[in-house]
Amino acid sequence: MQFFFEALIGGLLSGVMYSLVALGFVLIYKASGVFNFAQGAMVYFAALTVVGLMGHGMPLPVAIVLAFGAMVLLGLATERFVLRKLVGQPPISLFMATIGLAFFIEGLAPMLWGDAVRPIELGIQDEPIPWLLERFDIVVSRFDLVASGIAAVLVAVLAIFFQKTRIGRALRAVADDHQAALSIGIPLERIWAIVWAVAGFVALVAGLLWGSRNGVQFALTFTALKALPVLVLGGFDSVAGAIVGGLIIGASEKLAEIYLPPLMQAGFGGNFGGIEGWFPYVLALLFLLVRPEGLFGEKHIDRV
Amino acid sequence: MPTQLQPATASYLSVNNIEVIYDHVILVLKGVSLEVPKGRIVALLGANGAGKSTTLKAISNLLGAERGDVTKGSIEFAGTRIDRLTPAELVRRGVIQVMEGRHCFGHLTIEENLLTGAFTRNGTRRQLADKLDKVYTYFPRLKQRRGSQAGYTSGGEQQMCAIGRALMAEPEMILLDEPSMGLAPQIVEEIFEIVRDLNHKEGVSFLLAEQNTMVALRYAHFGYILESGRVVMEGDADTLRNNEDVKEFYLGLSSTGRRSFRDVKHYRRRKRWL
Repeated sequence: MQFFFEALIGGLLSGVMYSLVALGFVLIYKASGVFNFAQGAMVYFAALTVVGLMGHGMPLPVAIVLAFGAMVLLGLATERFVLRKLVGQPPISLFMATIGLAFFIEGLAPMLWGDAVRPIELGIQDEPIPWLLERFDIVVSRFDLVASGIAAVLVAVLAIFFQKTRIGRALRAVADDHQAALSIGIPLERIWAIVWAVAGFVALVAGLLWGSRNGVQFALTFTALKALPVLVLGGFDSVAGAIVGGLIIGASEKLAEIYLPPLMQAGFGGNFGGIEGWFPYVLALLFLLVRPEGLFGEKHIDRV
Repeated sequence: MPTQLQPATASYLSVNNIEVIYDHVILVLKGVSLEVPKGRIVALLGANGAGKSTTLKAISNLLGAERGDVTKGSIEFAGTRIDRLTPAELVRRGVIQVMEGRHCFGHLTIEENLLTGAFTRNGTRRQLADKLDKVYTYFPRLKQRRGSQAGYTSGGEQQMCAIGRALMAEPEMILLDEPSMGLAPQIVEEIFEIVRDLNHKEGVSFLLAEQNTMVALRYAHFGYILESGRVVMEGDADTLRNNEDVKEFYLGLSSTGRRSFRDVKHYRRRKRWL
């Protein structure tokens, strides 16, 4: 039982990391109805910028602030040179544009900072919390706990921002209907700039946490792929969905990794490993069949 | 111009001989001029594709998003040119468009829809609540449905929501595009009554694009008839309503009784106005 809880907690905490990446997708999807293919590239770019700046002898906090500035600039440039040209175009055009953007950023980041795998030290130890270890004999990483704490705060702030503030409402309005938002005087340019800046910030946080766990490397761009099943499960346009989806994916893949192989071995014989790798996608696929809008996603409203 | 329309000073929309081209090739408006005096309701009438919506979008500058462009002429509001302003700047100056087909934000509640309308106006919470109350007094139905997602409300309620949302921006002039579209006659009357009310009590001027000539001319003070991107007729609402040609071509009435649809020819072919 202890082992079960340990796996569950470990899974939930790593799920939070997926949620962080998924959150960036949700933000942009909510505000522009577009799946931002470049989110993974932004995570990579943000982390690499921090490491690169630290390489020039800057302390971590300064590097983070500057990297945030860079992400905002990137967001503004995206709005100015990509999105503004595509107002009123079908979503698929915007989607294709983000694919192009992804390649651009993936090229730009190593050009600026080099492409070596580099560590990043946040000063949080990735070691078991002694108190839990002694009391319940459960191994819970301090790092994971801090990471999920940060994610939780981020989510709470974003949820309030979307539901309660004037800008948040405008963001949701823009997501529903560009034209109508324009007609009542919501400046699309500014809204998109804000949303890309916020998505950049989320990418920065995700990049720091993922980077300090796995090293800052090109593979960070693939974290985007991990976020996909999370989004399918939780719903592309729900902040809460990104979190719950992340938790479910994280926990289920860990448990599946541990408990499925013996069963499958008994059933089919042979050796089964790496279930963690594909399980989330199968889960997402099943979910698509049953509830395509996800757990918390907004239903497509059709009047007959 | 009749004397009671003077003084035509402060808020006064005038469109001077504008030409609109879509996609650099399709000429939609071929020199349209019209005026909306302060505090009046002016109807812009005509068949499908005559250029009514395009005229409104040219004024509100929503054309840009549809690859349309005003290539000739000028548009003035309250004495200053507004043809190069963004929609947001226009809304700040008091000109707002209610688009054809309502375009409410489906996933937002009715109340949230209304609140987004106040985006361009920085006010305190108190002022915002007062404005909401005011809109609700004009549209009591919206108050009942305030918590429902707009996408699930009826067509009439959505039209009310769209107009209410525009009101939240404290406009001086509303460009109302096809408010009767797809609505039951009773609801159409209800909405036009509210438009008249707003015009009387709040002094909001309206430029109203409508296919429903009969209803529009009953509520408007003045009317323009567009055909293929040109103004072919204009006059007081009463004059237009009693004009034999208008009756025949737009109201389907004729002194010689009903005629077969096959005999009814395009207006322009019989009589040239320009």
